[in-house]
Amino acid sequence: MITIDASGMHYKELNQLIREGIEKGIKKFFLENVNGQYYIGDGIKGDDVVINVNGVPGNDLGAFMDGPTLIINGNAQDNIGNTMNAGKILIKGDAGDVVGYGMRGGKIYILGNAGYRVGIHMKGYNEQMPIIIIGGKVGSFFAEYMAGGIIVLLGLNDSDEFDSEYFASGMHGGTIYLRKKIDFSKYSKEVELYEADEKDMDFLKKYLVDYADSFNIALEGITDKPFYKIMPSSARPYAHLYTSA
Amino acid sequence: MLRTKNKFSTERDISGCGLCGIINAKKVKTNGSDIKKSISVEHDRGNGLGGGFAVYGNYPDYAELYAFHIMYDSLSAKADVEEYLKNNFIIEKEETIPTFNTSKIYDHPYLHRYFIKPKSNRPDKLFHELGDDDFVVNSVMLINQNYDGAYVFSSGKNMGAFKGVGYPEDIADFYRLEEIEGYMWTAHNRFPTNTPGWWGGAHPFTLLDWSIVHNGEISSYGINKRYLEMYKYNLALRTDTEAITYILDLLIRKHKLPVRLALTVLASPFYQKIDKMDGDKKELYTALRQIYGSALLNGPFAIVFGYANGMVAMNDRIKLRPLVAASMGDFTYVASEEAAIRAVCQNPDIVWSPKAGEPVIVEFEEKNIHQKGGLIGL
Repeated sequence: MITIDASGMHYKELNQLIREGIEKGIKKFFLENVNGQYYIGDGIKGDDVVINVNGVPGNDLGAFMDGPTLIINGNAQDNIGNTMNAGKILIKGDAGDVVGYGMRGGKIYILGNAGYRVGIHMKGYNEQMPIIIIGGKVGSFFAEYMAGGIIVLLGLNDSDEFDSEYFASGMHGGTIYLRKKIDFSKYSKEVELYEADEKDMDFLKKYLVDYADSFNIALEGITDKPFYKIMPSSARPYAHLYTSA
Repeated sequence: MLRTKNKFSTERDISGCGLCGIINAKKVKTNGSDIKKSISVEHDRGNGLGGGFAVYGNYPDYAELYAFHIMYDSLSAKADVEEYLKNNFIIEKEETIPTFNTSKIYDHPYLHRYFIKPKSNRPDKLFHELGDDDFVVNSVMLINQNYDGAYVFSSGKNMGAFKGVGYPEDIADFYRLEEIEGYMWTAHNRFPTNTPGWWGGAHPFTLLDWSIVHNGEISSYGINKRYLEMYKYNLALRTDTEAITYILDLLIRKHKLPVRLALTVLASPFYQKIDKMDGDKKELYTALRQIYGSALLNGPFAIVFGYANGMVAMNDRIKLRPLVAASMGDFTYVASEEAAIRAVCQNPDIVWSPKAGEPVIVEFEEKNIHQKGGLIGL
């Protein structure tokens, strides 16, 4: 276990300390007074490595990460989990724009809201099943060009506001689960809205339990409402964009 | 043990300017150390080729005079411009802008400031009756275009721009901002994209009381420029941010649009959104798009815009640049990154991300109403 006081530290030095620590076999990191340092946890490996962050980490948190767990005890900035391959990122506050861009594995759990462009270009294949769960609401371009994996939007604050635009446009793979029914006709023509059935809920349950445990909140508060499911209508929506059928 | 070596350079250019702003709605003044601290968190968003600040409320003793900040390449340019100023303005005070010689800022132009007001019997009165503001705008355009080696980078009342080539924290030291007090500050860290990093090209761009710091690229620059030239704005700097400053001057000062409406011209809702509006609102937004189509800004941007009555922070219509806001009591903070705010206000009352194209507007609460209009005698 190691505690690093990051106040006034440049990201290069901080990330070097983390990498050297992992190399030495340290499993638990506590980063104190973090404020804006970029690239924390980028490209690091080690399924049993846990990094606790106090303060606001900078952009590109956990990009290309391959195994470790990052626990952010507050808000985080933009570009979290870009092309992340494995591991887990917990955000106890809000997340910025472009969460999980091109994500291909691992979990990102956000207790609060997330910004614009969550999960765009997210992909999955066989056992590589990236998952993002957002407790609050999201901005526009949610799941744009989504190609695989799972995104769950809980809307726990129960606000009626849902003004995200360009929702799931170009989505051609993966599944979105919503804890709130929305008038989907206003959004993408490339996807279908279903009621989640028992099989879906069985599948989701293990993730929702994990989510509730991660943030120490009651599972009943999450599963008290019916879920809806959004799937793409076609795996190749643009197959004939430039050619005739 | 062998260390894995990255065969590629780890020195990466992180493209993206940084900006921030601090305003106190009750006009409580702070010195420049907070804004410096805030923008320095965004150090890596720039590359040392431009940093700058705008401050409001810093010249209370000369609040009724236009404060011209001028940079000169040579003393002969200074002599030429001063001749023009003497012929057209009453110069109440002039002095070198105080600077501190820091090793980080070398090779700077002459930096001089003038507290002036247009003469009532100035030569141009023979031809037309321009108001003082209009005459000042004309003078700024004239000097910037026709006087080689001279550039007016600030021309408002009780406000000033302080900028140059360097990282913003070094520019702050250079201009001794910790000795300056103001109730509103904006800052910029530049990563030049389309135009060179030179002293005049640093942000903020100002004209009269308007100041703009900007992160992004205005792809509609060509059409905006041609539109502004019809109204005799001279876009001498060939940079998109300058165009935003002049558009706001045109819309708000000349065409008298309320600030909020002027902003919807810059980041107009898409037609598909306007089509869903009802009645009057739809008519208004349609009219604005039709009349001011050439003033619409296309492309990614986040801007912080300062003016005599307050501050605005805004994104483009689909949020292609970062912007975070927070408030704490009478203070409102905006920045490209939340960390820049937390550096000077660790636990704000609220922190939020403004939506695309929806401005954060903070105006000053005027305490002394009787002073403002002069109508309410106390």
